[in-house]
Amino acid sequence: MSIMSYNGSAIIAMVGKDCVAICSDLRFGVQHQTLATDFKKIFKINDECYVGLSGLGSDMQTLRQRFVFRHNLYKLREDRNMKPSTFANMVSAVLYEKRFGPYFCEPVIAGLEPDGTPYITGMDLLGAMAPASDFVVAGDNTESLFGACESFWRPDMNPEELFETISQCLLSGVNRDCLAGWGGVVTVITKDGQFTRSLKGRMD
Amino acid sequence: MGDSAYSFSLTTFSPSGKLLQIEYALTAVASGATSLGIKATNGVVIATEKKLPSILVDEESVKKTSLVTPNTGVAYSGMGPDSRVLVRKARKLAQTYYRMYKEQIPVSQLVRETATVMQESTQQGGVRPFGVSLLVAGYDELGPQLYQVDPSGSYFAWKASAIGKNMVNAKTFLEKRYNEEMELEDAIHTALLTLKEGFEGQISGNNIEITWRKSSNFQGADFKLTLPKTCCKTAQRLRCA
Repeated sequence: MSIMSYNGSAIIAMVGKDCVAICSDLRFGVQHQTLATDFKKIFKINDECYVGLSGLGSDMQTLRQRFVFRHNLYKLREDRNMKPSTFANMVSAVLYEKRFGPYFCEPVIAGLEPDGTPYITGMDLLGAMAPASDFVVAGDNTESLFGACESFWRPDMNPEELFETISQCLLSGVNRDCLAGWGGVVTVITKDGQFTRSLKGRMD
Repeated sequence: MGDSAYSFSLTTFSPSGKLLQIEYALTAVASGATSLGIKATNGVVIATEKKLPSILVDEESVKKTSLVTPNTGVAYSGMGPDSRVLVRKARKLAQTYYRMYKEQIPVSQLVRETATVMQESTQQGGVRPFGVSLLVAGYDELGPQLYQVDPSGSYFAWKASAIGKNMVNAKTFLEKRYNEEMELEDAIHTALLTLKEGFEGQISGNNIEITWRKSSNFQGADFKLTLPKTCCKTAQRLRCA
């Protein structure tokens, strides 16, 4: 039993036309026992950058605190927000610092660059980046998430289409996953702002 | 001994509220070779005297301006060996930043970090302040930039400035010559003229050093730093640039 699927998680990020979306499921459990159904796994870094953390729940919270801390210091020092690509490189460096005793989390980063181009990347728990131009997934059952994304994703979706697509991918992806699900939360980032909606799913 | 009674430790204030070792460091800078920098609309230039003690010195081997990152150059006035220490530290700071963010360090950040190094040696025991002022010229997302960093650790952003011997005259000269719309070609020309004003003897390609950074593109993608280029080659290069 891998520690990466001890608490259960499912995360997807997707690119649309001048927008990106990122979503997670809401379950927090200990192996097969569900303890909470309001455990969001995506976090806002700034208006143009969100991070999703899959894997061990405790490390998820620690990492979120460290990333927010670093981003706050960066803002004070440089008087600007981190670009998603800059943030991703920082996350990669922070994870690799613990190369031989890693945080058990695989992050997904989604955001818009200053010129408005969408940026998404996934990463393993050591910080090896895997940027993508369509979608990235993470969690304990990536096969089913991949399957859904590969079937439903198409290029140049507008924010509403993107929301619908990523939501359906998440819900059908976690349907075949005993450790993730129990509803989800989706955030869509556009250059005019972001919106976050919660999804109801099978609650069993 | 008056003042000097308080100069035994650089971290001891004199009754007038000064740290004398820092003042002395500034004196060392003021007696060093003249360096100057000018910010243009499409680039930035730094220039410095390269007076050699003897005609027997191989002038090719003496480098007085250096690169810290691909888009940031440094010239100094004061003690050469001290400047090398600072340049090495600045390069390391730049690489540390690059390692974390995979992005070149912005000029303002590099200057602040370098100034912090210089400040530390005004407060720490067992060290002396750096006997140099730096002119840091660079180009980043915010366009061309020119900074001066002093031994005390204070730093200033300039449109044009000079340090070292003749800095007062050179600054007066620059005040008359500078204008906001100046392009790099003009700035290089003005830099040479300003150096020439205070130069003892005949200026030539062998006894000055000039470095500039040009961009046709303010986003900072395709530009080259020409470093170091001697004066006589400058005119030719300008024509083909």
